[in-house]
Amino acid sequence: MASITASSSPSEYRLPLRQRLAVRGIDGVTLLVLPAFLFLLAVFVYPFIYGLVLSFTPKEGGLFGNYQKFFSDPFLYDTILTTLWLAVPVTIISIAIAIPVALRVRLLKHQRLLTTILVLPVTLGTVLVAEGLLNYLGPQGWFSRTLIQFGMIDRPLKLTNNYWGVFASLIITGFPFTFLLTLSYVSGIDPALEQAAATHGASSWQRFRHVMLPLLVPGLAIAFCLSFVQAFAVFPSAVLLGAPAGPTRVISIAAYQAAFEQYDYSMASAIAMIMAAVQLLIVVAILVIRNMFYRGSTAGGKG
Amino acid sequence: MIRDTTIAAKLWITAVWVLVGFFVLNLLAMITTVIFSSFATRWLGTWLPAGWTTKWYFTAWTEFQLGDVLLVTFQIVFAVVALSGILGVTAAYALARRDFPGKKLVMLLFLLPLLVPPITFGIPLATVLYQAGVGGTFWGVVLANLVPTVPFVILVMIPFIEQIDPKIEAAARVFGAGTFQLFIHVLLPMLLPGILAALLLVLVRTVAMFELTFLTAGPTSQTLVVALYYSVFASGVRAVQSIDAMAVVYMITTLVWLLIALRFVNPTQIVARAKHQQTAA
Repeated sequence: MASITASSSPSEYRLPLRQRLAVRGIDGVTLLVLPAFLFLLAVFVYPFIYGLVLSFTPKEGGLFGNYQKFFSDPFLYDTILTTLWLAVPVTIISIAIAIPVALRVRLLKHQRLLTTILVLPVTLGTVLVAEGLLNYLGPQGWFSRTLIQFGMIDRPLKLTNNYWGVFASLIITGFPFTFLLTLSYVSGIDPALEQAAATHGASSWQRFRHVMLPLLVPGLAIAFCLSFVQAFAVFPSAVLLGAPAGPTRVISIAAYQAAFEQYDYSMASAIAMIMAAVQLLIVVAILVIRNMFYRGSTAGGKG
Repeated sequence: MIRDTTIAAKLWITAVWVLVGFFVLNLLAMITTVIFSSFATRWLGTWLPAGWTTKWYFTAWTEFQLGDVLLVTFQIVFAVVALSGILGVTAAYALARRDFPGKKLVMLLFLLPLLVPPITFGIPLATVLYQAGVGGTFWGVVLANLVPTVPFVILVMIPFIEQIDPKIEAAARVFGAGTFQLFIHVLLPMLLPGILAALLLVLVRTVAMFELTFLTAGPTSQTLVVALYYSVFASGVRAVQSIDAMAVVYMITTLVWLLIALRFVNPTQIVARAKHQQTAA
């Protein structure tokens, strides 16, 4: 601490090296970034590299033994498809609903109540949502009961312990997340741009298609990536609300079982790396598509 | 303000609000189900429970040792809040005030733990923590939870610090304030609203952080959300109502802090980290 205190006032010392560093922006104040930086190197970067190396030293087989095992066993490689089959529809539906809703909510004067209600499921987390949905969507729950009351169905729908339970829980936590992200992007677009289009006679669809959408695409791409990555990592609700042995055996369950049920940390690391690789692949694909669209200011101005 | 007066536009607007209403209705009904069930004597095959009681809260308190779990939860959460505050605010100050070579790389390192989902980095992290001998202990859980919270504090604090005029710090220096005095008497009072907001959000996120705690917690270092998971996982062993009572206790511990936090921040800020990312990168 003493060295930081002394070096943060370089003017007292006039050391050439210190001054040269200070010109480049490195002085005592810059060093304050070090504790957090070193901490994250130790608990984030190091475990990741450690896991990567560990995944190449399997219990049996050669360098790529774990990866060969993963991609030759349908019980393991099918988890990728199972997870994508949940995460992709959920993300697309969330984005598709979030756009029109955000465009409307942006015009509200009192958004606070709605955004507060919608932040609830994000805050409460997937475990509580899973527990609540077990009651609510269950055969005796209010959801089926209401539909029967209105004569829409004859007997309770089976919505828990299968695909739809996990799907519902992902929508309940995923949609508010996507919506709040989208809302923050939509609010960042200068309303004058849309008004200008309206003045020139553009219909509401034309305004959306030719003014708002192009400006929103960069933000939506980020929202899509973040929502997808969250949905792809689904874990507690797939166990509690789904059928973890079959239709909702997602990739994180496979990784968890390898680590904490078979104690094969090498295999578990390999699955975690595959999980990260799939996420990265989708994110890169989305960002490449995004770069084909307009990138620029969302603020209005002269021009 | 543009007004759409065509019938199609009005229908569209109505459809949008019906959709929002449907979502909010289901969400609130789900929460209400849990609350009702926790106070129900018996609830099978009817719209409302047969009768009301508070006994499940006492059952849950003893069965799940909620007293111990709550104590552990708050110890972990406050350790995480304090440590992420110290590490995060100092780093955010450096990043807000200085431009140095490699800053973008450092920013990337602080962004990644927020973008990569916890379960992905949690498994290698848990492996390392167990090998180092801290897995399954109190400090193992704290370390794991710090991974996303330190970057979170940094990203929330950078814009707060940037909006403070550096001339104020320069003035304090002219009058002979040391770095420590400068921090305590000048920066801290001005940054307090920002720090408070950031730390409250860290608090809410840590109470609700399931994956990292689940992967690193041992029997004596479980937080409330992990205990809730185990009880739902083993449902059938205990009465549904006592699990629901525990869920209500969990909801209250989370929501109290959320409501306090919302006095300082906008709800969109809880998820909208990508915005900071864009301005920072």
